[in-house]
Amino acid sequence: MESEIIEISWWRLIAAYIFVVLLIVILKWRSIKREKDVLIATIRMSVQLIIAGYILEYIFKNEHPLITLGVLLLMVGFAIYTAIKRIKHKISIQMKKLIALSLTIGVLISMAYFIFVVIGLSPWYKPTYVIPIAGMIIGNAMTGITLGVNTYMNEMSSQKQLVEGALMLGATPKEATRRIANRAFDAAMTPIINNMIGMGIVFLPGMMTGQILGGASPLVSINYQIAIMLGILGAVALSVVLFAVLGYRTFFNERDQLIDMQ
Amino acid sequence: MFRLENITFKDVLDIPELTISSHKITCIIGESGSGKTTFIKLLNGLINPTKGTIYVEDKDIRNMSMVNLRRRVSMLQQSPSIYEGTVKENIQLGRFFSELEPASDQEIKQVLDVVHLHKELDQDASKLSGGEKQRLTLARMLLLPAEVLILDEPTSSLDQDSAHTIMKHVLKHCKQENKTVIMITHSDEIVKLFAEHLIQLKEGKVVRDEEVEPTWNQK
Repeated sequence: MESEIIEISWWRLIAAYIFVVLLIVILKWRSIKREKDVLIATIRMSVQLIIAGYILEYIFKNEHPLITLGVLLLMVGFAIYTAIKRIKHKISIQMKKLIALSLTIGVLISMAYFIFVVIGLSPWYKPTYVIPIAGMIIGNAMTGITLGVNTYMNEMSSQKQLVEGALMLGATPKEATRRIANRAFDAAMTPIINNMIGMGIVFLPGMMTGQILGGASPLVSINYQIAIMLGILGAVALSVVLFAVLGYRTFFNERDQLIDMQ
Repeated sequence: MFRLENITFKDVLDIPELTISSHKITCIIGESGSGKTTFIKLLNGLINPTKGTIYVEDKDIRNMSMVNLRRRVSMLQQSPSIYEGTVKENIQLGRFFSELEPASDQEIKQVLDVVHLHKELDQDASKLSGGEKQRLTLARMLLLPAEVLILDEPTSSLDQDSAHTIMKHVLKHCKQENKTVIMITHSDEIVKLFAEHLIQLKEGKVVRDEEVEPTWNQK
């Protein structure tokens, strides 16, 4: 089963760019003005991956807990930035802080559990494991929280009357927004649950594909894939539940009044 | 019950002095945009005055917990808030929000009777008509032990005849339970029938504030 990975030589790699040429020919032929986007995307992908390759090469050769931790925090920071940028609504500073807090805590707890308990990695900072796993967990947590926040914000404006109505009947802000929080949580969890349902039938997940190409037995790689899916599920659930449970506070003042009514 | 001193809210309200007494039916009238809804939201603690002080039974509202205030001073929106679920679940929600034991089916039927809503308890509440929803929210409020009920045009979706009949029942019920009622209305007839205290707002100012004699008991 063990096989050497076939290296792609540089001229074969260049041959792969034929697909981009093909796409540009199609765009020209159909007069769809997207050539510039395609070119930029192709260049960005290539340059970014080359840089990432060199950085990872350096990190993998210089195993050090501080470097791994630094990269991890950098990834979380970038995820927070991207999540906030992707939110379609105007959000308060408190909301931004909450997003940062939820994402950081959710990711770090599930990462720690995954590394220490599930894989039992030794040393714990081995970057060849930590960084790819962090990439998958953080990426999914980020998407989850973006979905959760967008749903929460949509519901807060479309259901405002119901929130107000509940307050008028003596509800605490937490109780008045409970349904909204649950909907946001549900919206954030739906893609990952659907993803799990289709997994292995509709598509082979990227990590498993990578491991198989790298020569690992499919039976080993499914263990990793199952574990990582559960890790992702945990990270998304933790991040989003933190956000959903605490999110209401950013809409109310200390006198339990809706801030935007004042 | 309420005493307002030098109250302003942005440029919407300007009330130097006003008192609303307990156990009475106070009607608030005025054109749309005169500040009526803002006024009652102040009493229910949904918003803070820009300036001035509101006293609830001689206690400064600023020193009170707003959630507790809203459990004493319950408010009904003009367009009824119906939540997902059945008629019964919607009625129980009021008690749930106020952290009270659920009402018995018997009690629920009684209040539904007061508002003349004869529907099955397990019917989907979202399928009710506008007028039925309004009566449902009225019934929900009647099951709360609040001392004060604030109603924002409680019969706006009802035809005149049923509006009078239902308000008669609702207010009789409130009188029996010794509640204070503050009600915004556009109907002269309702004012004439039920008001004991009449407040008229115009462009955010009180232009009328007088005790009146209701006629409903005379009939």
